[in-house]
Amino acid sequence: MQAMMEKRALELLENGTVDRVLGWSAGEFPYDMTPAVFETAEELKNNFVYNDFCGANLSKYLVKESRKGGKILVFLKPCDTYSFNQLIAEHRVLRENVYVIGIECYGKADVDKLKAMGIEGITGIRTENGEYTVMTVYGDKTVKAYEAMADRCLSCKSKKHVVYDELIGEEGEVIEDCDRFDMVKKLEAMTPDERFAFWRNELSRCIRCNACRNVCPACTCEQCVFDNPNSGISQKAAVTSFEENMFHIIRAFHVAGRCTDCGECSRVCPQNIPLHLLNRKFIKDMNEFYGDYQAGEDPEKKPPLGTYTLGDREA
Amino acid sequence: MEETLIPYAGIVTKIIGQTPDVKTFRVEAPGGGKLFEHLPGQCAMLSVPGISEAMISITSSPTNKEFMEFSVKKCGCLTDWLHSMEEGQMITVRGPYGRHFPVDDELAGKNLVFVAGGIGLAPLRSVINYVRDNRDKYGRVDIIYGSRSKDDLVNYEEIVSEWMNTPDFHVHLTIDREQEGWDGHVGFVPNYIAELNLSAVNTCALVCGPPIMIKFSLPNLLNAGFDKTQIFTTMELRMKCGIGKCGRCNIGNKYVCKDGPVFRFDQLDELPDEY
Amino acid sequence: MKKLSLAKLYDFFAAVAKDEALYCPVNNETGKAEYKRWSEGVELSQQLNTLRSAKDFFFPQTENLMAFKMEGKKIDVIDTREECEDFVIFGVRACDAASFDILDRVYLTDPVDSYYKNRREHGTVITRACGKPAETCFCGTFGIDAADPKGDITVWDVEDGYVFRANTEKGEALMAKHAALFEETDDKAVKAEQEKLRAIMAKLPLAGLTTEGVGEGLTKELFDRPEWASLSEACLGCGTCTFVCPTCQCYDIRDFDTGHGIQRFRCWDSCMYSDFTKMAHGNSRNSQLERFRQRFMHKLVYFPDNNNGIFGCVGCGRCLSRCPISMNIVKVMKALAKGGNK
Repeated sequence: MQAMMEKRALELLENGTVDRVLGWSAGEFPYDMTPAVFETAEELKNNFVYNDFCGANLSKYLVKESRKGGKILVFLKPCDTYSFNQLIAEHRVLRENVYVIGIECYGKADVDKLKAMGIEGITGIRTENGEYTVMTVYGDKTVKAYEAMADRCLSCKSKKHVVYDELIGEEGEVIEDCDRFDMVKKLEAMTPDERFAFWRNELSRCIRCNACRNVCPACTCEQCVFDNPNSGISQKAAVTSFEENMFHIIRAFHVAGRCTDCGECSRVCPQNIPLHLLNRKFIKDMNEFYGDYQAGEDPEKKPPLGTYTLGDREA
Repeated sequence: MEETLIPYAGIVTKIIGQTPDVKTFRVEAPGGGKLFEHLPGQCAMLSVPGISEAMISITSSPTNKEFMEFSVKKCGCLTDWLHSMEEGQMITVRGPYGRHFPVDDELAGKNLVFVAGGIGLAPLRSVINYVRDNRDKYGRVDIIYGSRSKDDLVNYEEIVSEWMNTPDFHVHLTIDREQEGWDGHVGFVPNYIAELNLSAVNTCALVCGPPIMIKFSLPNLLNAGFDKTQIFTTMELRMKCGIGKCGRCNIGNKYVCKDGPVFRFDQLDELPDEY
Repeated sequence: MKKLSLAKLYDFFAAVAKDEALYCPVNNETGKAEYKRWSEGVELSQQLNTLRSAKDFFFPQTENLMAFKMEGKKIDVIDTREECEDFVIFGVRACDAASFDILDRVYLTDPVDSYYKNRREHGTVITRACGKPAETCFCGTFGIDAADPKGDITVWDVEDGYVFRANTEKGEALMAKHAALFEETDDKAVKAEQEKLRAIMAKLPLAGLTTEGVGEGLTKELFDRPEWASLSEACLGCGTCTFVCPTCQCYDIRDFDTGHGIQRFRCWDSCMYSDFTKMAHGNSRNSQLERFRQRFMHKLVYFPDNNNGIFGCVGCGRCLSRCPISMNIVKVMKALAKGGNK
């Protein structure tokens, strides 16, 4: 996969179709690639990497990158294409300045899952036949790829790219029975007190680092209300647990109807708070109230919270 | 145990309107007298609890034994609040913070040139009045002070009635544009420096004002023969603690609150360009 | 040196916890280790390190500094400081123990921060030599020995128990108080353990990382380096690195209206945040590049400048594993060192 992507990026860069390439740059370890913009063939050859640990959704970077002049190539996984489409619908990304290559995806890996199995001191990872052979200073260990799969990928909603200029690899299908609402259903089945206790406990770990907000492709306000000192909010201060809770709830409300369920919020949370469940609850509710709707699926489609019909449910 | 973050409460005993957007606040301890001693160029953290806290230079001279004064321009939530308050109200003050102008070292025995723009006069006023009260320790004094208009000249009355009548004090006022009722100099401060043919011999210059004024004043002072070691300025960056710990007012390895706010220009050259 | 048998670890915990609060790393519901107050039945985590650092004990994320009573034109300043209770932290690793020295240099230099000092004086730190260091570890780069951590007491896991060594008067006193639980031992088992650990450390991927190209006096050389642009390009401007970092010490002071008065509190702040240096009339660090550069220049140049060459990083590796986009101080150090040789 990496070789195909690199080859195609080189071609498009050299034939002038694109001026820059947004991909992943090699890290210190086999799993810590950083999103990066490549401007030359040399940079690509030296540093471009793509593997199962390239989990970041690159679509939000295009808000800035598509305005820098010239055309930029971006590699998007199926779930990332929903975010991209949503950003197009919101006029946040200039489509004409972006060349999208959709890349097939069978689920990304989460190094924390390897670490949770007690695998430390990682020096290399070999991928073969659906297995990772992890080399460490304490010896090698082989695990099944699905055992290390990121949680969000275990309930993947779609392997289909909703937007692209070309594809590398196989196109997949929307996964109707993805079970992504299972945990929401469990929460709904709780008593209000139990549910309150669940969220109070989860959100109590919040350190107000804002990673969830800053990574979220739906959070593209020029200035967030939580960064406005005149808003009367204590902002980064973990001053009362009430306010941390409200931060996440308000944010979920703000992205409701626009959240594509890409799962970046939970991926980046350093405290492992399952933030995506708040968004999923809204998605499930909207599906039930206004009919099935998937943000980002079709930028032309009217969003349920942005349209009014006489038949709309009151609450 | 002492804790500098805990402020004193002081009474604002007098509020003097200086310009449409600058007021001077006189602060005294509840039992009378000053809350603490300071040296010219030092600052204090003023606060209205519940609003916020900000670093403000102490504009009164340390030779004033009765009260401290702060000249504040209305430009943010704390300063808006201060501008709306009444005499007799309390605020909190902590300090003094930072390095002062070297009035007893490098500046002693020298001729002094003060260059100020707008509210930038506030920190220099402390030095100017200190020099007036220790007149025999310094030589000739030139004060070049400019503002947008006559109404924007801070401390105008004091300048005319006190400074202009101090022996060997030469006050050069200027405003940006022609104005009815003004027969003084018109033009920007940096140009005025060039016109005045200042002597740099045995002289130090103290500059404070908007960054753009400082930027264009510096070359004109250098042209007049000043060396960077003879020119001092005072800086302003966002601060929270005032003691070099909260980590935001640094320029390179120097903290403006603790290693400044007064810097000599040759020292500023050593710092990265991030101010 | 004194030895505590395997079976007596929790006896020791119970004895300590009887007199003062005892904290140790405990696995939380997400499987990550965090410091929690120990009580009967709580199990000590065997993970390499806690997700958040141990700095929280001395420099908590939020703390009240003082209060104000506002009545008409009058303001009463209320000193709400209280003497902190004695407490013990068990299981601090060498990197975090070294971070206390760095925080001390900030908070215990004149004017001393009385809030920090109070907790520092009342806290006893029991460090624990590392068992299985991770690929993200690089404390050795800064001269820290994972096999011989500092602290009031150092503990090594040996085959059939734990060997304790008191390093300070505070540590001596604590061990003397619970002397009945310990037996005398020599340093043989510790030496063997240290040798084993040092051999592992030497094999780690970052074992060869040096401070070449960064450090004291290098502001001019490093400030305008072109590498900052590509290094900071993907930075989200979040505060994750700052908040998990054991040496990040920047703070904000804010007021909170409780309805019956004003609480003035201090909270962690991050130089990565866009409003960190924002003033009513401008911002001295307007771009993420400038904010990113500040964070690393502070740790790698400015702090050493002001502290006899000591770096503001202890190589704990938390930013390596927690940064959402996998950018970190190691990548910065390597890029700056490499670019410098060109």
